[in-house]
Amino acid sequence: MEIIKTDTRIDFMSRRKVALIFSAILLLLSVGSLVTRGLNFGLDFTGGTLIEVSYPEAPALTDVRGSLEQAGYESFTVQNFGTARDIVVRLPAEVAGEEGADISTRVLDALSTVDAGVEIRRVEFVGPQIGEELANQGGLALLYALAGILLYVSFRFQWRFAVGAVAALIHDVLIVMGLISLFQLGFDLTVVAALLAVIGYSLNDTIVVYDRLRENFRVKRKGTATELTNLSINQMLSRTVMTSLTTMLVLIALFYFGGEIIHAFAYTLIVGVIVGTYSSIFIASTAAIVLGISKQDLMPVVKEGADQPDTEALPARFRNS
Amino acid sequence: MNRYPVWKYLLLIAVLVIGTLYALPNLFGEDPAVQVSSARGFELDPGLQDVVQEVLDSNEIEAQSTDFTPERLMVRVGNNETQLALADALRSELGDAYVVALNLAPATPGWLRAIGAEPMVLGLDLQGGVHFLMEVDMETAREQTLERFVDDIRNLLRDERIRYRSVRVQGDELVAELRSEEDRAQALQALAQELTELDIESFDGSQTFNIRAGVRPEVMTELQQTALQQNITTLRNRVNELGVAEPVIQQQGAERIVVQLPGVQDTAEAKRILGATATLEYRAVDEQNDPFEAQRTGRVPAQSRLYLERDGTPILLSRRLIASGENLTSASAGFDQQSGQPNVQVTLDAVGARRMLDFTSENVGNRMAVVFIEQRPVTEMVDGEEVSDMRRVEEVISVAVVREPFGRRFQTTGLGSSREASQLALLLRAGALAAPVQIIEERTVGPSLGADNIEQGFNSVIIGFCLVLVVMAIYYKVFGLVANLALTANLVLIIAMLSMIGATLTLPGIAGIVLTVGMAVDANVLIYERIKEELRLGNTPQAAIRAGYGKAFSTIADANVTTLIAALVLFMFGTGPVKGFAVTLSLGIITSMFTAIFGTRGVVNLIYGRKQRVAKLSI
Repeated sequence: MEIIKTDTRIDFMSRRKVALIFSAILLLLSVGSLVTRGLNFGLDFTGGTLIEVSYPEAPALTDVRGSLEQAGYESFTVQNFGTARDIVVRLPAEVAGEEGADISTRVLDALSTVDAGVEIRRVEFVGPQIGEELANQGGLALLYALAGILLYVSFRFQWRFAVGAVAALIHDVLIVMGLISLFQLGFDLTVVAALLAVIGYSLNDTIVVYDRLRENFRVKRKGTATELTNLSINQMLSRTVMTSLTTMLVLIALFYFGGEIIHAFAYTLIVGVIVGTYSSIFIASTAAIVLGISKQDLMPVVKEGADQPDTEALPARFRNS
Repeated sequence: MNRYPVWKYLLLIAVLVIGTLYALPNLFGEDPAVQVSSARGFELDPGLQDVVQEVLDSNEIEAQSTDFTPERLMVRVGNNETQLALADALRSELGDAYVVALNLAPATPGWLRAIGAEPMVLGLDLQGGVHFLMEVDMETAREQTLERFVDDIRNLLRDERIRYRSVRVQGDELVAELRSEEDRAQALQALAQELTELDIESFDGSQTFNIRAGVRPEVMTELQQTALQQNITTLRNRVNELGVAEPVIQQQGAERIVVQLPGVQDTAEAKRILGATATLEYRAVDEQNDPFEAQRTGRVPAQSRLYLERDGTPILLSRRLIASGENLTSASAGFDQQSGQPNVQVTLDAVGARRMLDFTSENVGNRMAVVFIEQRPVTEMVDGEEVSDMRRVEEVISVAVVREPFGRRFQTTGLGSSREASQLALLLRAGALAAPVQIIEERTVGPSLGADNIEQGFNSVIIGFCLVLVVMAIYYKVFGLVANLALTANLVLIIAMLSMIGATLTLPGIAGIVLTVGMAVDANVLIYERIKEELRLGNTPQAAIRAGYGKAFSTIADANVTTLIAALVLFMFGTGPVKGFAVTLSLGIITSMFTAIFGTRGVVNLIYGRKQRVAKLSI
């Protein structure tokens, strides 16, 4: 069975201008949204208090708000979470700052005045000092991951590839974050973890294409960099589609069956896999070509007397006629 | 011909068998159990096993097994009723010195436990419970230390009859102003001799002769470490009071403590108990009156109070306080240099030292007692409802005869064993004034949410896993089925490795497993696509298999190493749940390399490798 026909000869590279324009628009939108709307930072980063409770019967939100106002709280949000019986109360860090961790106890007391049968589902209190630390750590983690990858790819391939790969990764991270910002999804620690997983996945895809590109550069006698890139991407196309499909399947399972808490995580990864697959085809390879990758860059240092690599003719369908 | 040598198959089988064995414990549920630990965080005496056995015998309860470690004694029983009955019986038999808690012990069969196979521990987000991150206020601890040294220096100068104008804290340092060059020389000498924790230098003020003293950095670090340890000890005592089965109390970084209390839902109660502090008091023993008489008649002399020693013996102590916990600087167990007997060395601050010296100078030959005071939570049944309250508990932990006058440093000897010495030192430290702690992060998961998380987590793993199996079988036919075998083996191996390293399974950890399942087939997809390609180029099936596996290998290795880099970075920077995700992701990458390349090749070789000619591959 084949999803992708075996002799595809899609000319990806001639469409790279269109792709670049498309990416540029996406990037502009993303950065624009990040600048104007910003990220809806979760509790992990801002500090504050979140309390999720479950009432035996769906309460009126106004009653819940009233109980909190009576307890002397002014700035808070009350929302349904999943079902009408589940309520989430969020309080900003400034409110918590004064009374410390005792705030969760007091809010729970207030909430139980609405209905004594209220059940605690989840309490999260994060002090302001923690939030700042986590934000720094998250940012550092992304930077270190990118640096580590840059080094490894430079070492295993060539610096032009490394730059191409990292350009693709930055492209992916920015667009995924842009989409999170556009839809104002909660940005918490699990989303940072998902972003790093996106980096891992997108890179995986990129490396697979690069690997084939390296092989083709070495064994094909003819063909320009553009032709060989086209050939490599086409050769790997059915693999790319198949792996993206299986990964998508589990992510969709996670999105629909994993519960509310894992939602943002699954969403980030789903968007990331789509963007990552696209970028490893259009951005990573294009970047390497723009930087002037050539056959000489990838030829192994020929030792005298050593076996020369096999060389094959470039299939006719990839020659520019 | 594609064949594996026999040893490769043996290796494959060995890994799978070991993996299955260590993954197995996760299938068995949990047994109700009763756990006994010391209320004070002491090590348990092996003799406790006999006591428990007697309780079991006299109540005709049959234990499935009894595990003893110095930290706790765990008795597994058949069902919840006997669990409750045993817990009640043990509580009344063992009394206040022990905490008897209900627990769930993994129902791993003995033969699996014998090889060290244990199930994964469920994280708080899966089983419900409270997580606190507490920060010790090191700034206050530092200030306390500096103030203490100011008192020490003043006292020293006074004792040496050196006149001074002032001693005060200035920034991070201590400054003493003296009136003359000679005074300063004398003071320098005295300070260098007595207060070795300080770095001293002299400098001249406008009209005074000054000494500047800084606390040595290593001393400060040690003090901070002590402050942290002291808090951990106190917290551990408190948590024991709560009767939590598997608490985690750990140092995190230089000034933080993680407290995890699985199964606890009443966070208000937990906070109150963790926040309560203990103190201690040094008091003179009232030698004039008979404590037994006072206990019997209830008539206590006006200047005294009646206390009980730990074995229940009554003792009368003077109402006059000599020193209290806030005067105690340090207490450590050791051995007396002359007699070699176990002892406890105590250091007091300047105020405590002066009062201690005053008292001991007049009371050589008399006894002195240490009273340990703490707020203990009690739960009582009032009108059929549980009412929790805090009760002040006072206990005499040490009575000793004053042999000679002493002040700042002294030791208590005559302790039965070095164990008793370390227990006394532990209590003394717990009663000393601790640097304040503050809860800076709280995460509570209610039991219903925990149960939901487990269910949703497992559902998504199983559904995702099955979807991938179906797609692979349809798309790659026989080779797809082989990949599915590898994927299943991969899942077993991940679970086995998580169980082996004692990792905690969290919701993000499950997400990591799901993601690994999706990505693990990538290796097989790469290999199979390559085999297809080789076939199209006109290679024979056998050659295509060989080339497919050979050429795809470096691609797979490169792709996985880069993902591993991302996972390692996550592990280094992540905290808590994110770490769990990183661990499962990394393990999954490693096990998938093994099963998807080495494992599938073995099976493919078995199916196709033996035949001389294979007309067609089912791929």
